[in-house]
Amino acid sequence: MPIKYYLFLSLALFAIGIMGVLMRRNAIIVFMSIELMLNAVNLLMVAFSKMFGNADAQIFVFFIMVVAAAEVAVGLAIIVMMYRKVHSVDINILNRLKH
Amino acid sequence: MPLHEILFYFLSAMAICCALGVILSRNPVKSVLFLIATFFAISGHYILMNAQFLAVVNVIVYAGAIMVLFLFVIMLMNLNADAEPQKSRVVQLAAVLSGGALFLVIIAALRTVDLNTSGNLVTGDGEIGLIHHLGQVLFKEYVLPFELSSVLFLAAMVGAMVIGKKETQQIQEPSVK
Repeated sequence: MPIKYYLFLSLALFAIGIMGVLMRRNAIIVFMSIELMLNAVNLLMVAFSKMFGNADAQIFVFFIMVVAAAEVAVGLAIIVMMYRKVHSVDINILNRLKH
Repeated sequence: MPLHEILFYFLSAMAICCALGVILSRNPVKSVLFLIATFFAISGHYILMNAQFLAVVNVIVYAGAIMVLFLFVIMLMNLNADAEPQKSRVVQLAAVLSGGALFLVIIAALRTVDLNTSGNLVTGDGEIGLIHHLGQVLFKEYVLPFELSSVLFLAAMVGAMVIGKKETQQIQEPSVK
C-alpha cells in the first residue's frame, strides 16, 4: 500500500482523538482519546519503519507503549482520587486544583 | 484487488468507525469496548505490515492490560450511561470543526509533499518486525533506554500507590482525634 494511505488513516484517527478530547466532559473518555492519538502515531511510525526498512521506529513504538502504560497507571490513580473527593469525573468540576 | 488491499480497507474502516464510536457513545463501558476493537484493528494493520512483535505487544499491553484497567476504574466509579453532563452544542460543534480543520490543514500540507521514495510499502515480506531482529536491536543499541524504562515503571508504580493511598490516611486522621 502507498504510504499516503497510512498517513491519511493515522491522521484521521488522530483528528478523531482531538475531537474526543475537545468535546467530551468525562475525564476517562478524554483519557481514552489520548490513548487513541498515541496509537495513531504508533501506526504511522510502524508504516514509516516498514517503508524505510529501519527497525529503530519499531523500538520507539515499543517505548511509547511503555510510557503510555506508566501514564495510564498514574492518570487513572489521579482520576480515582478526584472521584473520591468530588464524586464526579466531570472535567469542568476538576478545573479547580483545590477542594 | 489483492487480498491485502481488501484487508487494509476493511481494517481501516473498522478502526475509524470504532474510533468514532469511542467518542460518540454515551456509555463509558461501550467506549472502552469500542477502543478495544480499535486496538485490534490497529494490531491487524501491524500484522499486515509484518510487524508481528508489535501486533502481539499491542494486543497484550493495550487491549489486555490498559483497557482492563480502564474497565475496572469505570466499574468502580458506578458511572451510569445518562448521568454524564454534555457540553453545549456550540462547544461540540467547535470541537468537531477544529478537529476537522486540523485534518484538512495537514492533508493540504501533505498533498504537495514529495515523500522521496518509491511510495510503496512492503507489506508481506521483510524481517524487520520479527522478534529476533527487534530483540537484537533492542538489546544492542537501546539497552540504556530499556533499563531506564524499568526505573520509569518503578516511579509510576510508587506514584500510583502514593496517590491512591493518600485519601485513606486523611480519612483516618479525624477519626483518631
